[in-house]
Amino acid sequence: MTKSGRILYHTLVGLFALCMTYPILWLAASSLKPNHEIFTTAYSLIPNKLEFSNYATGWKGFAGTTFGTFFKNSFIIVIISTIGAVVSSALVAFGLARTRFFGQKFWFACMMITMMLPHDVVIVPQYVMFANFGWISTFKPLIVPHFFGVPFFIFLIMQFIRTIPRELDEAARIDGCSKYGIFIRVVVPLIVPALITCSIFSFYWRWDDFINPLIYLNQPEKYPVSLALKLFLDGESLNNWGGMFAMATLSLLPVVIVFFIFQKYIVEGISTTGLKG
Amino acid sequence: MMNRLRENEHITGYVFSAPFVLGFLIFTLYPILSSLYYSFTNYNLMEAPSWLGLGNYERMFTEDDKIGKSFQVTFTYVFASVPLRLIFALFVAMILNTATKAVGLYRSAFYLPSLIGGSVAVAIMWQQIFGDQGLVNSALSLFGIESSTSWIGNPSTALWTLIALSVWQFGSSMIIFLAGLKNIPKDYYEAASVDGANAVHRFFKITLPLLSPIILFNLTLQTISAFLTFTPAYIISRGEGGPLDQTLLYSLYLYRKAFSHFEMGYASALAWVMLVIVGVLTLLIFRSSTRWVHYESKGD
Repeated sequence: MTKSGRILYHTLVGLFALCMTYPILWLAASSLKPNHEIFTTAYSLIPNKLEFSNYATGWKGFAGTTFGTFFKNSFIIVIISTIGAVVSSALVAFGLARTRFFGQKFWFACMMITMMLPHDVVIVPQYVMFANFGWISTFKPLIVPHFFGVPFFIFLIMQFIRTIPRELDEAARIDGCSKYGIFIRVVVPLIVPALITCSIFSFYWRWDDFINPLIYLNQPEKYPVSLALKLFLDGESLNNWGGMFAMATLSLLPVVIVFFIFQKYIVEGISTTGLKG
Repeated sequence: MMNRLRENEHITGYVFSAPFVLGFLIFTLYPILSSLYYSFTNYNLMEAPSWLGLGNYERMFTEDDKIGKSFQVTFTYVFASVPLRLIFALFVAMILNTATKAVGLYRSAFYLPSLIGGSVAVAIMWQQIFGDQGLVNSALSLFGIESSTSWIGNPSTALWTLIALSVWQFGSSMIIFLAGLKNIPKDYYEAASVDGANAVHRFFKITLPLLSPIILFNLTLQTISAFLTFTPAYIISRGEGGPLDQTLLYSLYLYRKAFSHFEMGYASALAWVMLVIVGVLTLLIFRSSTRWVHYESKGD
């Protein structure tokens, strides 16, 4: 490309990138504008005067439950279910990829089918089942199912395990390692990047999850952030635009931070498996 | 000795796979079967399910006047947002594929919307952007176009705000396309240029055929996930699917039947109809793919 061509290219692509990120910047900027200014100068990114009080009024939350509680709930749900999802998926992936047992192909097929299965099909009967367990209005329906392997992650880790030469397993076996030993000593250290990718995606999906908390949690003090944000749209809290924008911005922060720290894993994860981010 | 080792491996295999096997039986298979059963019953959670036979399915196609609307809205959403998103993703990926150092920065900028796009925060943001005094109307007024109606509240534009939200999240497909484009050998293009092929020819004869397996994969996954879109429709319409049911996506309709009206039997029937539609669509995409997907191993 010629020099002027390069300048033109970067100007156009840069402008386009700005347009695409403008809504997000607008959200962040609006969270710093006084309530009356948000919509009178909606196109502008620069507040006339920085207004941090939105964060204070938003943080107060609803009926005595602050966003401190909502963030704590989100972190509890996300961290526990992510650990469960990654550990169980790694075990299953090793089982399906590296041991030979009766019914192995059948269970692999079941996993692929589960991966494609629309969640809506099981939403009603799962609700009935968890209601019978007495799990409504607890975190259990949001956490426990993730301890049984997540098909997307099992698939991703399997793909990764398949790139490890089988000779390594053999060598360890000759040295007296059992399958369990091979898993812990040989395979796990080699699949760390895949485990990180899975943890990140699990973090995103659990953090953004809306329909499950909406169905299972009915007391505001148990709400995670995603569900709590909805309360800004209900009844009396309406019009606290500044607070709403402030908390919405804050809720995106963990996701964006994780993205910038682990970018490499995310890009690799998406390009190798087509996981939807 | 050999036999004992093999037998042990059967056990070891099941020990490792146990989480999935149990989880599949408890959280997938059993619910699917009970969902099928509920779909033939009248069930409100309070009393035991009572058998209706095909009653729910009959009701769907004869009495339910909302379901037609919901189908229309959902199909419009899927068939507008998925192709637009993929075209956008491919277009931007091709532009970025020529860039040098700044590509990482641009890639992050374009990926950001798809990273956070499924969240409640972004749905709320979208609702405000397209509101009567939102960013869009405000920006239009800078160009002298005065518009004071809410794009969300207007029945003829409400669904398109949801489609726009979906297309805006083209970033993850773009990253997949970028990875695919990098794998196309440069000399293919050089050889074609020597033979006098112009950019349009090169795109249709080299880029598109070589990316077609990736396009197929994306098309399938995105069609399924577009069908299941729930959060933005729920937030933007405040759980109602309005105005005039214009944002009543199928998942939202199913949710309302199950958890607002507690018609669990009917909602299960809705879920099964969705399963069949998604299954048929996936099959159609795969059937058609033999005509347009090009696998390199087959030669030429």
